[in-house]
Amino acid sequence: MSEIDPQHAIHDIGGLSRFRCTPVERDEAPPDGFGKRVDALRQVLAAKKLMTVDELRRCIEAIPEPEYFALTYYERWLTSIGTLMVEKGIVKAEDIA
Amino acid sequence: MSTPARPESLARLDRLVAALIAKGIVTESDLVEAQARTDRASPEVGARMVARAWLDPDWRRLLLGNGAEAAEHMGVSMAGAPPLGVLEDTATLHHLVVCTLCSCYPRAVLGYPPSWYKSFEYRSRAVRDPRGVLAEWGTTLAAGCRVRVVDSTADYRWMVLPMRPAGTEGWSEDQLAALVTRDVLVGVALPRLPVALAAE
Amino acid sequence: MSVPLLAPGDRVLVKDDWPEFRGPAHIRTPHYLRGKPGRVVRVLGGFANPEDLAFARPAPKRVLYHVVFERPPLWHEGEAGDDVLVEIFEHWLQPVPAERQAA
Repeated sequence: MSEIDPQHAIHDIGGLSRFRCTPVERDEAPPDGFGKRVDALRQVLAAKKLMTVDELRRCIEAIPEPEYFALTYYERWLTSIGTLMVEKGIVKAEDIA
Repeated sequence: MSTPARPESLARLDRLVAALIAKGIVTESDLVEAQARTDRASPEVGARMVARAWLDPDWRRLLLGNGAEAAEHMGVSMAGAPPLGVLEDTATLHHLVVCTLCSCYPRAVLGYPPSWYKSFEYRSRAVRDPRGVLAEWGTTLAAGCRVRVVDSTADYRWMVLPMRPAGTEGWSEDQLAALVTRDVLVGVALPRLPVALAAE
Repeated sequence: MSVPLLAPGDRVLVKDDWPEFRGPAHIRTPHYLRGKPGRVVRVLGGFANPEDLAFARPAPKRVLYHVVFERPPLWHEGEAGDDVLVEIFEHWLQPVPAERQAA
């Protein structure tokens, strides 16, 4: 077996060697207020048929690597939702920059 | 660690919400209602579904055949939610749920996923070294019990129906449900009797 | 939903395809399964193709299966008998001819 991980997209991390020896940090924390609000915003926009969870994932997966790993979980969601709302012409980039 | 969002992210969220409200796309009460609805979901729902399955064979069949319908019977609105699949543990097969691609989780019956479920380490390691991950939770399987990792990649959400522990004969649904934690429903832990009882 | 081409018990190979490296793509078949052999456990139903939904394109329903994979072909480590169960869409699966199944 090669010691080098096969090529994979940034989010596609099942079985990667780079995490093999790191224990799972048992962080039980539920989302904070920021996370819950981002989560709620996604649900509302999905209910209004303005985005799908699949689009959310696509735009998370498209975040450039240094930023992807620097952002927290719900910061990645926020980035993705903002990208989608601009992509769809619902808001302007300068509105949310 | 669940690092708090940076101040610039809080400001960015405020600007996005303000822009969406200004355009009449969302309202503040939409957001408050969605959050309140999500806050109400909790692993107690999943725990009760399991306890009932241990007591009632008909319910068990319903739960295994159509988890979403079973959840509706528990008063959970599954409209718009992904289908719920229930994975039946046996003496020789234990299930462990992970989402290696993102963080799919049966939120309708378990609530928000904990941070560790969304961590790179859990997502990466559970599928390749499930027994190592189980050991970190102090979970030991009986000899001869196989591990089936369920990578939640698509349209279903998955929850584990564990084996009913020995020594719980005659217990009520409430007593049984108290043994079923969120970790049990994900498969990183097994239902355990309180130490005082187990020692008897 | 279209009629499932595969049935429980069928041996399959996951396509060894990497669309994400040819251009913008959203793929729900994990990298560690590409090109690997598995066995259909059950038909889960028809679902709009996430590869299209992700780009807000018309998304015809595709058949989704639960497919089980023995551990050794994925990673040559771990305990014999352990396996991985994954939802895979039909267009990612190739049936393994019967003569090869016997081998």
